[in-house]
Amino acid sequence: MRPMAQIAMVMNLDKCIGCHTCSVTCKQAWTNRRGMEYVWFNNVETRPGQGYPRRYEDQEHWRGGWELNRRGALRLKAGGRLRKLAGIFSNPKLPEIKDYYEPWTYDYKNLTDAPLGDDYPVARPVSQLDGKPMKIEWSSNWDDNLAGAPAYGDLDPMVERTRQQAADKVRFEFEQTFMFYLPRICEHCLNPSCVASCPSGAMYKRAEDGIVLVDQDGCRGWRMCVTGCPYKKVYFNHRTGKAEKCTLCYPRIEVGLPTVCSETCVGRLRYLGVILYDADKVTAAASVKDDKALYEAQLGVFLDPEDPEVRRAAENAGIPYDWLEAARRSPVHALISKYRVALPLHPEYRTMPMVWYIPPLSPVVDALSETGHDGEDAANLFGAIDTLRIPLEYLAEVFTAGDVAPVRASLERLAAMRSHMRALNLGEEPDLSVPAAVGMTPEEIERMYRLLAIAKYEDRYVIPTAAVGDARRLEESALPADCSLDYEGGPGMGGDGPFGQDSGRKLLPLVSVENFHLLRRRQTTDDAEET
Amino acid sequence: MTTLLWGVLPYVALTLLIAGLIWRYRYDKYGWTTRSSQVYESKLLNIASPAFHYGILFVLVGHLVGLFVPESWTDALGVSEHTYHLLSLYGGTAAGILTVVGIALLIYRRRTRAPVFRATTVNDKLMYLVLVAAIVMGMIAKLAHSSGDGYNYRHTIAPWARSLFTLSPDIERMEGVPVSYQVHAVIGMALIALVPYTRLVHMFSAPVQYLFRPYIVYRSRDPKQLGPRPERRGWEETMRR
Repeated sequence: MRPMAQIAMVMNLDKCIGCHTCSVTCKQAWTNRRGMEYVWFNNVETRPGQGYPRRYEDQEHWRGGWELNRRGALRLKAGGRLRKLAGIFSNPKLPEIKDYYEPWTYDYKNLTDAPLGDDYPVARPVSQLDGKPMKIEWSSNWDDNLAGAPAYGDLDPMVERTRQQAADKVRFEFEQTFMFYLPRICEHCLNPSCVASCPSGAMYKRAEDGIVLVDQDGCRGWRMCVTGCPYKKVYFNHRTGKAEKCTLCYPRIEVGLPTVCSETCVGRLRYLGVILYDADKVTAAASVKDDKALYEAQLGVFLDPEDPEVRRAAENAGIPYDWLEAARRSPVHALISKYRVALPLHPEYRTMPMVWYIPPLSPVVDALSETGHDGEDAANLFGAIDTLRIPLEYLAEVFTAGDVAPVRASLERLAAMRSHMRALNLGEEPDLSVPAAVGMTPEEIERMYRLLAIAKYEDRYVIPTAAVGDARRLEESALPADCSLDYEGGPGMGGDGPFGQDSGRKLLPLVSVENFHLLRRRQTTDDAEET
Repeated sequence: MTTLLWGVLPYVALTLLIAGLIWRYRYDKYGWTTRSSQVYESKLLNIASPAFHYGILFVLVGHLVGLFVPESWTDALGVSEHTYHLLSLYGGTAAGILTVVGIALLIYRRRTRAPVFRATTVNDKLMYLVLVAAIVMGMIAKLAHSSGDGYNYRHTIAPWARSLFTLSPDIERMEGVPVSYQVHAVIGMALIALVPYTRLVHMFSAPVQYLFRPYIVYRSRDPKQLGPRPERRGWEETMRR
């Protein structure tokens, strides 16, 4: 066993209202630079939809992620090492900027500089690539809220695959359609194919927290990572000629703050926390033969932080104590492994992604209520999950490589939670058969409810810091602990200096640099002593 | 003049190359990249770039063999002068044509595709000028002396090139060399000197180590980077034109 720690994220899709606040704040923080105009480290897709870049999920075309070779071993789908080097002079499977969208601005100057005329002057769109007037035809969320779905919805690769299973379940007529939002960031995978694709070795997974980063000084612009990532979350900065990607806001994570996208999420649907995993098991789990077994295989890689043996091994592996404690309290671990409501995004890419999703349930309740049934009655709910407006098959294509069972299990737990909590809220006697039907105890259901419905900031984001508990000591050690003149009878020992009251060196009070935790402690403690 | 061209210039070029590489590696790792324009335009590049690069690699191998394998070695192998000439003529011309077609397409693409052209710097244009001049002069020199056994540079240029490395340049050998070969050699030296200061520097980061490293790379956090960090150049400044 070789335990490693990973900062992971879970998003509760039931709560996503598709407001794009996460995308916008992320853009403002990280990609509002020249060369990155077309880049969204965080984007929100409407599903069904083509996604960003268009049809990125069609790996038969884009060749992202891993596949198994004839001997059953993992191989990069875009080709092995020799093939990569032979094709280094032009990457045959690189998306062009136009596959994302051509970035533009507007000719605002014309609004003030246009000569007097009969018509109002307009600001025409101008391409940011070549500076010429352009026609806007696509963008990062052009098919937002199913825009154009009757005509283009079929281009969603997952729709194509769902149709093979259940042809009649995906419809784009207004009355029969469905949608949900899918916010996406880099998955910070356990088995990252972008890292494996980088010829320069400039991409790496951080040993301490599992964040996947690009060393900007080491990147030589070979662009193989862009192809290697099946989620297309590594981008090419066309000004600097280097690859850039979501950093999971590591400067914030290091001091215990959540990522910008999590911090600003209005739906509070994101959870951040530590997951312990066994690095020795990753390759074996990623090479499981059956695509549908990959979800279970990945669950098997995760370690239980309550297990004393795991804790001992983790300590030996150098994982700090506060990280172990954070792993115990991790909301992410709870949602993924304990309650099993969160599912990975496209496990079939075999990269072992670490941003998981709780599938959306809402429409089933609405649909039932509309037909006059009690939408939160357990019997109705369980029965209706199979006839969801969002077809289970579609969710399964997105989250479990097409296996409907885990999606149904997750939705049933969410449904059981609603039913159980309604009984509690209305003061009824809760039906104990409801939690039992989904293999949970009422207490577990209530804890899950707390986590999903009312978890506060510090319950949703349990992030241990990088410089650990001794950040304060480190800061103070930059200054000597005591003054060199501070000896008996010396000039530093208070009193007056040799030339009067303010002369000589004074012992300055040492002040810790303010950090998030100190600030919070000071603001929330009851008496001054505790700070 | 002879001393300047064949005794001094090679060392100037070599010094500029080595010093430039060290300087760039120390102070401009962030700017050390291929500066690929493939995200703007991919179709033409997919044909032109491999054609050019494979062509120029063959040309490089040809130059190394021609300059650094003495005639006595090939004689020992039983390769006659005529056979060698034909081999170098046909092989070299094939590689040369591949290179010329590749770079012609690349330049056509660079000029006609607006985003690519807009991303072209003065530095790039200078580099293209010297690179194309070196390739074209090389082709002219070779093809202008292709009749019969051709021009046997292995009695003149090659020994001179080898003598450079023993620090006793044999500059007399270059005196009777045809002008086209001389011009090609001078432009070639200019190109060598230019490499570290242009995007050509990417040739020195050929990622051979990729064949031998494990797929997944782990790195630990740099403990020096935990506190306040030294001021770094801003993103925009690094690409100042």
